[in-house]
Amino acid sequence: MLCLGIEGTAHTVGIGVVKEYNGKCKVLSNILKIYRPEQGGIHPREAANHHTLYIADLIKESIEKANVNFADIDLISFSKGPGLGPCLRTGATAARALSLTLEKPIIGVNHCVAHLEIGRGTLDDCTDPVLLYTSGANTQVIAFAEGKYRVFGETLDIGIGNCLDKFGRSVGLDFPCGPAIEKLAIDGDKYFDLPYSIKGMDIAFSGLLTAAQQYYKSGKKLEDICYSIQETTFAALTEVTERAMAHTEKDEVLLGGGVAANKKLRDMVSTMADERGASFFVPTKDLCIDNGAMIAWLGVLMYNSGVRLKVENSLIDQRFRTDMVDVTWRD
Amino acid sequence: MIKEEVIYQGAEAKICKSRYMDFDVVKKRRLNKSYRINEIDNRLIFYRTKEESKLMTEARKHGVSVPIIFDVDTQKGIITMEYLYGKRIKDILNGLSEKERSRICKMIGESIAKLHNNNIIHGDITTSNMILQDDRIHFIDFGLGEKNSEIEAKGVDLHVLMEAIESTHSRYSDCFNYVLEGYKNKLDNDANLVIRKIEDIVKRGRYR
Repeated sequence: MLCLGIEGTAHTVGIGVVKEYNGKCKVLSNILKIYRPEQGGIHPREAANHHTLYIADLIKESIEKANVNFADIDLISFSKGPGLGPCLRTGATAARALSLTLEKPIIGVNHCVAHLEIGRGTLDDCTDPVLLYTSGANTQVIAFAEGKYRVFGETLDIGIGNCLDKFGRSVGLDFPCGPAIEKLAIDGDKYFDLPYSIKGMDIAFSGLLTAAQQYYKSGKKLEDICYSIQETTFAALTEVTERAMAHTEKDEVLLGGGVAANKKLRDMVSTMADERGASFFVPTKDLCIDNGAMIAWLGVLMYNSGVRLKVENSLIDQRFRTDMVDVTWRD
Repeated sequence: MIKEEVIYQGAEAKICKSRYMDFDVVKKRRLNKSYRINEIDNRLIFYRTKEESKLMTEARKHGVSVPIIFDVDTQKGIITMEYLYGKRIKDILNGLSEKERSRICKMIGESIAKLHNNNIIHGDITTSNMILQDDRIHFIDFGLGEKNSEIEAKGVDLHVLMEAIESTHSRYSDCFNYVLEGYKNKLDNDANLVIRKIEDIVKRGRYR
């Protein structure tokens, strides 16, 4: 089965073509364009305009790169949510147009679940992981329990990526600020106390953000603040992940989302896994960030398990929660 | 050298059975985590050990049974407390007679109300964290606890128990109604506010 997936939940519009091979996912092409605001944060309508501008060319290019023809595609998959309405609608519209033109079935998938499934689909031995999903908007600890992907812990205020971006912007760094903060942190060595806010398996970052901005205003060295931010937020993320692993009695941990590209975070989660005797997994970077291939792959899993969708019902859902998905493709 | 036997190892702490003077005790030792820097590790272990022992002491002061604390070492992160010989509620609840089960569940609800009257949130009320000894419900593991006067926090606290009962004692799901009955009897404020909050939380579809 060959599936084309369309991702457009936030600043990324991405198209991927994947093939199912012995139950595993083979990525044939996976390309994307990222909307970068000139200043400030993401503006939903501007981002949607950006996606509209590029989506048709990206679709054509993804087919060429995959070395297939439009007629070979068996299924069109798109991100149903969660995300920004205007962006989601752009992706869904393209998906409907393709589905009707090619006369191929359409399927709408959950973006967060796609981050987990692409790990299971592309990595050997990754079968039943606890996913630490860290991106701009989302910060969740997800695992499979009783027929659903359950959110065992999540941010109570802002996503970790958003926290890093907001801090970065306030000190004049370019978007996305995560990589810049990671670089600066390498030269930091003095730790400033920052709020470490964990409630059970949930987590909060807004207090830490304010405190970090105060340190900057009071003239503390930026490198040291970045070091302190990373050490504190990532330790908290690692801790809630470990709690979820203990709670669910799972011995695999998987990273996903844009922040999973951060080496410090990878090191910390991998150390935690080692100490527990658990396995640590992280997909390749192009499959960690928002991308079309993961949307395509989840579409394949759902379609093969019997899920069907009519074009007239292919609505988006901005607040599509992880645990609303019936996981029909797993026991 | 005193012989120590590990009873349980969680994500955060190790629970050992040991001896202290002439008593059988439990030592809860918070573990150092090598993924985080010493500054954070030491601060967390110190703070959490202190908070947990404070909550236990306060619960006891307000008439809720908890293990007696013998010693608190905030530097090493060890709380040494009374070893309870009683049985976990989790292990006995399903085998009780209907009448006895309702009596125990009401006692549980009354104890939770006493905690909540004093704004003590346990944070992890499950039937594994309650021990029946000398016909009293003893609460253990305040590691996720906090002081909080909000109805939301109290609702979440009870919701955890509701889910635990549904999953572990599913054939006896009327247990939770008995718990609420006891809770209503002993809560100073209007218990219906908290109960309505539980319904809200269920609708939110949150899961822990």
